[in-house]
Amino acid sequence: MANVFIFPTTSLILSDLVARFGHTPLSAAMQIREIIQTPGLESPPLQITPEDPKKGLHWAAVEVPSGVRGRMSLYGPLLERAEAAIIVNNPEYSFGCMGCARTNELLVFLVRKKKIPVLDLEYPTSDEEGREFVAAIRRFLDSLPGASA
Amino acid sequence: MKMYTPRYTGTVTKYVFVESPEMTPSDLAIRAYEISQGVMIKETCFGLQVTGKEEDVNRIIDSLRALDPVHIFVKDRGFPPGDTRRCRANLGGARPGYFGHEFEMGLIRFISGGLTALPSRRPDEVPEPPAPKRREGLAADRLKEIIESQES
Repeated sequence: MANVFIFPTTSLILSDLVARFGHTPLSAAMQIREIIQTPGLESPPLQITPEDPKKGLHWAAVEVPSGVRGRMSLYGPLLERAEAAIIVNNPEYSFGCMGCARTNELLVFLVRKKKIPVLDLEYPTSDEEGREFVAAIRRFLDSLPGASA
Repeated sequence: MKMYTPRYTGTVTKYVFVESPEMTPSDLAIRAYEISQGVMIKETCFGLQVTGKEEDVNRIIDSLRALDPVHIFVKDRGFPPGDTRRCRANLGGARPGYFGHEFEMGLIRFISGGLTALPSRRPDEVPEPPAPKRREGLAADRLKEIIESQES
């Protein structure tokens, strides 16, 4: 069973397919759960405190805006654990502010820099593409160490 | 600043989405209540949220998924159901994260079709998934030419 980083990190489709085919999806929800289940000072909504942009320095330089560094403190630990990655390019719903946009770019860059197996895809727009999309993910996951099939 | 005491520590929450011609979220909820054994089940318009100890949640989800494997989809959720920081009852309007679900649920029929077709696919058949188009970057030589033409 391999830890597979998914991008977009909140994707239902990728999270489901990775788990369905016997691996562990690394999604944003796991990190958020860990943060909001840790006692400390109240800082709603996500319990992100001024300490988090400092933690983000591990993945982003000091001149990078704190919004990106704060987000990287959430996603960075997932990247560290990743043994493979599935990236869906140009996801419309990941559109957001500059902090989100730059964090997304940095995340994809760091995944590629890590030299782990990466599957690059686009979302399917037809039945035929859907069949190929699922088959490609299945094939990629079967090629990873610890595949159940 | 106030101290923060988390609720539902040590639990996991998972979403169960159903997009099936043969099953509605309420059918799924009834099945889930039958086997819940103390696990918190919340019915929603798209399916369920299941909250409890990880092994209990996984047991319920495995049973539910077996009812209609290609039309039931599962993902993790960070917040427990009804959390005031996320629940639309407190915030008003769509819950943050809803738009992602809405977008992907529009495509889920293609994924269901792909899962249905998977067993009949030849193992040696190479998939040709929708892949991002690569744009050729500006070659360094060409850039140099442009710079030199501007300088002269």
